[in-house]
Amino acid sequence: MNIVVCVKQVPDTATIRFESEAERVDISGATLIVNPMDEYALEAGLRLREEYGGKVTAISLGSKETEETLRTALALGIDEGILISDPLFEGNDAYVTSYVLAQAIKKLGLFHLVLFGKSSSDSDTGWTGPAVAEFLGIPDVTFVKKIEEISESRARVQRMMEEGYDLIETSLPAVFTVVKEINEPRLPSLKGKLKAKSHKIPIWTANDLDLDSTKIGKAGAKCEPLRVWVPEARKGGTFFQGEPEDVAAQLVQALKKQQII
Amino acid sequence: MAYFNGVVGVAEQRNGKLQSTSLEVLTVARKVADDLGTEVTAILLGSSDGDTLAERGANRVWMVSAPELEHFQAGVYNQVLGHLLAELKPEVIVGAATIAGKALFGRLAANLGTGLVSDAVAIETDKEKRTVAVTRSVYGGNAMAQWVVRTLPQIITIRSKVYGEAKPKGEKGEVIQKDVPRELFSSPAKWLKSAEEQGQSVNLNQADIIVSGGRGLRGPENFALIDGLANAFGGAVGASRAAVDAGWISYAHQVGQTGKTVNPKLYVACGISGAIQHLAGMQSSKCIVAINKDPEAPIFKIATYGIVGDLFAVVPALTQKLKAQNE
Repeated sequence: MNIVVCVKQVPDTATIRFESEAERVDISGATLIVNPMDEYALEAGLRLREEYGGKVTAISLGSKETEETLRTALALGIDEGILISDPLFEGNDAYVTSYVLAQAIKKLGLFHLVLFGKSSSDSDTGWTGPAVAEFLGIPDVTFVKKIEEISESRARVQRMMEEGYDLIETSLPAVFTVVKEINEPRLPSLKGKLKAKSHKIPIWTANDLDLDSTKIGKAGAKCEPLRVWVPEARKGGTFFQGEPEDVAAQLVQALKKQQII
Repeated sequence: MAYFNGVVGVAEQRNGKLQSTSLEVLTVARKVADDLGTEVTAILLGSSDGDTLAERGANRVWMVSAPELEHFQAGVYNQVLGHLLAELKPEVIVGAATIAGKALFGRLAANLGTGLVSDAVAIETDKEKRTVAVTRSVYGGNAMAQWVVRTLPQIITIRSKVYGEAKPKGEKGEVIQKDVPRELFSSPAKWLKSAEEQGQSVNLNQADIIVSGGRGLRGPENFALIDGLANAFGGAVGASRAAVDAGWISYAHQVGQTGKTVNPKLYVACGISGAIQHLAGMQSSKCIVAINKDPEAPIFKIATYGIVGDLFAVVPALTQKLKAQNE
């Protein structure tokens, strides 16, 4: 089974500086990590390969530093990592990113499954996976929490819903976006880390892909960012003290007064 | 650009029941249409309550009924909506950022060759440019970003519980059954069945009140306390990542960066210290109550009401108090 995992490099939220007075988000000093949800997609790919054989390829669209994200994926045990990087991709929105990823997946050739994490921790839109599926003309299942059955031509999976799950049967190739419940990701082994260090990571530029140059970067973007700001930090409020019965009474009274209950 | 006109609100039904988020969608669709001086067409796929939409602000409701539309199927819904939208050519499409909405609108944007800004928490219509600027939270709710779609139709999805439900208006719109070509009903990904989560209510996105438990509960059996308090409040049960990873409760309950983002009227965090990843999923709640024995817990920095104390004493006392009030 040939599996493509789309991974994104993101700044670790806990290391970003949010400056509410300067209205600025400073990611220059942030630690760059594999998008946390993508770890589940990588693990799902690795487990499928272990059971059914084949190959797992990770692709990532980003700056040159994104190579590190692919090395992390290689250390986990994927077979190949491909970096899609070009200054021409600056200003890509989710629509253009999906278009470029779809063209890169086509270039990879035969595949059965494309995996994504359900969303990214920075922009959290969650729509790249379904959009890639539409560009590829293949079905997608989002929020997959369990793969019940799978072959190279069909799969039966559980899609998480608000109040339970839907059981979906789909033909392959298909795109799945996965949620955390699907597995528990492994940690990279020392051997994996060493191997990843010297592994060659090809870089594909816009020229290497069959792309319409008017449809990429800022010119191709369908959405335009207007501004980013840091809202004033939420402040702590009132503390209630005393015996449990007293604090319970005070809290209920406060909630009633605020018409919350 | 007169070619594009009107606002579409995409409603959602589950097992035939019109979802409350659809009435929130209608509120936003109506507001944008009023700002632009145009009309709202609500689209409802599958048999459900189109009259309510027509009574609450939709100038017309387009309904399509077919067995294949009774349950959400992203591929089929995308095809049918794409067909209807080609006829309507709206300027703006408003949908809900539910799990189904997240699956559907990304595909639809690619299908229509247009942009989507998801999870709106605020919108601002520019009447001259006829665009809608959308504010959404990024970096786990620590920052906000404003975006605009610069192609038509502009697709927007809204986060649940931000906008009120549309109220009945004096006049009623028209409810129209639409026929679409049958071939649109087939898709390679098929719904087989739906299964409900057993036990506690997990529809965190539609809950007005959520009571969450964390590591401070010390074991799965103590989630009974959280259940009890959630019941007394008439709310749903949430959990921190620590509690889910320990296997005390299922992932469907997880609030935070790798779980659900919620926005209830009241969020009660019991035995949750408040890691940034947890705060990412709940800090926009209107009122936050924290119960924790550690006065230094970060959750207190954002809590509207804080109780430093033993949850094993405070939670039962609070449950009792609420029950007494309810009687």
